[in-house]
Amino acid sequence: MGSRVEILNDGGYRSDGRRQFELRDIAIDLSRHGQADGSAMYTQGLTEVLVTVFGPREAKLRSQTIHNRANINVEVNIAAFSTGERRKRSRGDKRILELGAAIKSTFEPVIQTHLYPRSQIDIFVQVLQQDGGLLSAAINATTLALITAGIPLFDYVCAVSSGVHSTHAMLDLTTLEENDVPHLTVAVMPRTGKITLVTLETRLHSDRFEEVFRIACEAGKVLHEEMRNAIKARTSALARAMGEGHPAGAPSNREGDEDFEMGDD
Amino acid sequence: MRPPSPSIPEREFALSALQQSMRIDGRTLLEIRPINLTFGPALGCVECELGKTRVLAFIDSKMIKPPEERPLEGIISIHSEISPMASSAYETGRPSDEEVAITRMLEKVLRRSDAVDRESLCIVAGQRVWHLRLTLHFLADAGNMLDCACLAAVAALRHFRRPEVEVVGEDVITYDPSERPPIPLAMHHTPYVLTFALFPFASTPAPQQTKLSSTHVPTPQLANSSITAVLDPSPLEASLLPSSSPSLLSLALTPQRELCVVNKAGGVPVSPEEFLWLVKVAEERVREVEACLEGGLLKAKAEAEGIGSL
Repeated sequence: MGSRVEILNDGGYRSDGRRQFELRDIAIDLSRHGQADGSAMYTQGLTEVLVTVFGPREAKLRSQTIHNRANINVEVNIAAFSTGERRKRSRGDKRILELGAAIKSTFEPVIQTHLYPRSQIDIFVQVLQQDGGLLSAAINATTLALITAGIPLFDYVCAVSSGVHSTHAMLDLTTLEENDVPHLTVAVMPRTGKITLVTLETRLHSDRFEEVFRIACEAGKVLHEEMRNAIKARTSALARAMGEGHPAGAPSNREGDEDFEMGDD
Repeated sequence: MRPPSPSIPEREFALSALQQSMRIDGRTLLEIRPINLTFGPALGCVECELGKTRVLAFIDSKMIKPPEERPLEGIISIHSEISPMASSAYETGRPSDEEVAITRMLEKVLRRSDAVDRESLCIVAGQRVWHLRLTLHFLADAGNMLDCACLAAVAALRHFRRPEVEVVGEDVITYDPSERPPIPLAMHHTPYVLTFALFPFASTPAPQQTKLSSTHVPTPQLANSSITAVLDPSPLEASLLPSSSPSLLSLALTPQRELCVVNKAGGVPVSPEEFLWLVKVAEERVREVEACLEGGLLKAKAEAEGIGSL
């Protein structure tokens, strides 16, 4: 199958022309999506995830309210057209349930849920394209969407996938590479440098694991810088719009309009 | 029906004991409950007891026509439904999150990590392959069913023998066990699962060991750890973790220091050093589990031969 593809050539380049530790292009779009309180479109190479966050709001079901903190509800939907071959996955698919459960339990200790008792935060993850690193992209997008929704977090959560080809560690794998080499996903909280999520599904010697694990931890911090810049750019755009005081400002201020009016009340 | 959560005094007592590196059942923090494997009577039928947790694994095989997309590989299917027999916490019907987690983990450990060589289960390419059906019966839940179920499943795979077959032209001849001895499965590796519960506080070092048995393995130490890791958590210890995001770390690894599956989703954040330390601890502990299984298999084999020679 994939074994005919050269994962890492003699020159140290990968099949898509990247170096070992090179991440794919990251594009972050935090512009508002419909009615959502916060949203983020996160694109890493050909992997594209849209996350929308609603809340904190009253829970739809009374039974889901928790008396002393907010309930987090994660729903994942993988578009049928997101992979090479069109495939419809039902919502009850174990893989999707697991992805949702992983996102939920990753963010449960990170979101300051105790500030919103008896309420619910809905996180909808829509996978539009997948080309490796699905879990890490979903986690990064969720962090960004939660921040744009203004939900207090203890820290960013930055996830990255990594793998090992014979003795060489590699970062941010594509589907092609994921099919061929052992790979793991690590989610880092950059402020403390601690790890909240580690998943590995293929056999890997623990010496190799240690090496690639440490590199992935470092890569998480690089991603953090990228994500922080995106948040800062958006926040300064919003702040500028508020300072100018004109709703009909430059096109770039479009997002800021309502925030200005809200501040004016 | 969920069993009631522990009362406040019980909870505080258990937590303060953990802070002093003690556990209610008298184990040290990184100690597994005694393992007891019962093999037989059939090949591939193993009952595994981990403390009071009991899981029965059973394997049977039959010949089927392989699916078109994988004509050269046998099929292994895992059936594991947790019935209310294990504990009143489980209900039939829609699986709970915990159940989904256990089945997914079993699937990853046994199938995705390629523990069994599936190509060796092929008899005639595209025509006949072996279909192994692994059924897990959860008999009693006294905590940490995942580790117990994986051990039972691995033990059953090691214990199982499939009938010898021969291909003559177009025909497949299956030999009765009395004619030709059945053959064991070809296994690439034997993964064992160890689960840690992580608590977000540091514990004082364990009091001086009083019982120094011959099987006692010195545990690598880690200085300045801000977490307390508990191996093979009991139901009480598991209930001390926040139910919304239980800080469990499951490691599937082989005695050859290969990691097969690592699963830590959320929960208490750990530093990279602490994480790698936990992997080291698991590497030490997995040898104990392996010794248990190998010893059991040898004994089962000797017994079977004893019966055969009579």
